[in-house]
Amino acid sequence: MSAPVKPIDIKQSLIDAVVAGLLALIVFGPIVGIVLDGYGFNTQPGRVAALVGVVMVGRFLMSLFLQTPKGVAIAQSFESTGSGVHVLPPGYKTRLRFIIPLMIVIAVIFPVFADKYLLTVVILGLIYVLLGLGLNIVVGLAGLLDLGYVAFYAIGAYGLALGYQYLGLGFWSALPLAAIAAAFAGCILGFPVLRMHGDYLAIVTLGFGEIIRLVLNNWLSFTGGPNGVAVPSPTFFGLEFGRRAKDGGIPIHEYFGFEYNPDLKFIFIYAVLFLVVLAVLYIKHRLTRMPVGRAWEALREDEIACRSMGLNHVLVKLSAFTIGASTAGLAGVFFASYQGFVNPTSFTFFESALILAIVVLGGMGSTVGVVIAAFVLTVAPEMLRSFAEYRVLLFGILMVLMMIWRPRGLIRISRTGVQPRKGVLAKVEGAS
Amino acid sequence: MSKPILELKEIDVYYGPIQALKKVSMHIDEGETVSLIGSNGAGKSTLLMSIFGQPRAASGQIIYQGTDITQKSSHYIASNGIAQSPEGRRVFPDMSVEENLMMGTIPIGDKYASEDMQRMFELFPRLKERRNQRAMTMSGGEQQMLAIARALMSRPKLLLLDEPSLGLAPIIVKQIFSTLRELAKTGMTIFLVEQNANHALKLSDRAYVMVNGEIRLTGTGRELLTNEEVRNAYLGGH
Repeated sequence: MSAPVKPIDIKQSLIDAVVAGLLALIVFGPIVGIVLDGYGFNTQPGRVAALVGVVMVGRFLMSLFLQTPKGVAIAQSFESTGSGVHVLPPGYKTRLRFIIPLMIVIAVIFPVFADKYLLTVVILGLIYVLLGLGLNIVVGLAGLLDLGYVAFYAIGAYGLALGYQYLGLGFWSALPLAAIAAAFAGCILGFPVLRMHGDYLAIVTLGFGEIIRLVLNNWLSFTGGPNGVAVPSPTFFGLEFGRRAKDGGIPIHEYFGFEYNPDLKFIFIYAVLFLVVLAVLYIKHRLTRMPVGRAWEALREDEIACRSMGLNHVLVKLSAFTIGASTAGLAGVFFASYQGFVNPTSFTFFESALILAIVVLGGMGSTVGVVIAAFVLTVAPEMLRSFAEYRVLLFGILMVLMMIWRPRGLIRISRTGVQPRKGVLAKVEGAS
Repeated sequence: MSKPILELKEIDVYYGPIQALKKVSMHIDEGETVSLIGSNGAGKSTLLMSIFGQPRAASGQIIYQGTDITQKSSHYIASNGIAQSPEGRRVFPDMSVEENLMMGTIPIGDKYASEDMQRMFELFPRLKERRNQRAMTMSGGEQQMLAIARALMSRPKLLLLDEPSLGLAPIIVKQIFSTLRELAKTGMTIFLVEQNANHALKLSDRAYVMVNGEIRLTGTGRELLTNEEVRNAYLGGH
């Protein structure tokens, strides 16, 4: 049975256009129409009229288009295609699985073609992938809204910087230690917030993030305060990447006898970072299939039900906080050695919001979505350098559109169904 | 007389300054179906939750199979043979029926998962039809069935049900109670907290009536059904 093609309702479109025009008038009127001039102001009705006109014509055309069969089809495709988690049959293999080797190949040959600028942008993108993956465990899987996630990032970065300054730790020893320190901090934050949910949890974590930043900013004698701390370059088996080695080390180009390449440090960071991202991706992939991953998701869905089923919610929550935080600690170490310098302005609330945006935009709990979103949100601002003033505006518009059309994020989580070890499905299938 | 599987001895429970349970004593024997009826706010759900230590009893003892579980953590209790279908069903909305059932196996591991899931599908054929559907898209009655089945997946020795009739159509309530009767016949020990006194009393071997945090009456289901006071207060007797 096919629905009869409705005639185009021009009256409805006109009403839509007028309503949109009124809204535009309210929004643009004060913003565009009134221009401050010293202590007085000028009104500029012409500009408002032009903008409102554009909005009305646009709304009218859109309304007409959405009434054509093609438009109806497009509108329907934007209607929520069933919210929530999409459960795949166990043993389902995605058609896109060959993408992963392809991505690895691209990643391996990428530094050959990239210049330094592009390389640094991609390093930043990968750092945010790490951060996104970590926060995804806390927010996306365990459902604990953490607005102070940047604190763990800061702990990782300062772990390398201060560890070098006071203990003489290098990149390689700081990498695991910073992850452990951040995990420990995650645990400490986890304890007081065990009983909190939603808004209250968000406020406490927000406070935690600010505390860390303020301590870093004000403890002048230890952290250097706003002046920041210098971070050593990473080394490769004791070989340095500088043109001339400091304190008796050997520069890598002299050791292997090739010409000095200033980009080599970044290529090295890129390579290590890429391997770490791959490892984290794999670990996360395994975790979501392990009982603890299921427990996180169950906790997100219903804490009371979880507890009535004998799950120890304390362990489940703490493990989510700890693992999420340690990932941020790793990202912090890479960030510090990539910048060569850290100071507290890199760890403001805006950073937390950006990481949260990555998770929300990517789709809560979805790994692929988070990876894509991390690149979009870090690479896009670089691409938009020429629109400097409008960057944040575009960012906002992007978020609003996402929330309208893809409230569950770019990529909906699709979870592989459970597979009991004895193969219940086969049996059930056989019985029915 | 069989020995009690769960025994509450003079339990006091407080919510801040308010005493919710006053010296409540009761026992549930193995293989029995016991129900607790009472009006809104009488403390029925509090009693059920306090078995799990949420809230904890301020004084008194809760003894499960000879061990004192008054001070044990909820997850310890839940993983030692007491399963609960919480009030308001509380199924995992974004998980499929099968996944919800798998969650129920947490206390015992998935050794018997396939076998038990099969059993649940026999007990609740409706769940079999819906087994790949997400729980939030099912009707209230189906969700209740799922909640009960999920609780049963841990092979409990004692099944606690908190208002399985909550917000369900009378015909569905009837279905659920007939399933519970079947379940009771298999020897399962069931402790039922209900407002729907009529159904609950017909199903139970014994029942307690709770008023204002105290056990007012106790007796067999049949006795209480014909008791004048109960009839007037809970059965709409005229």
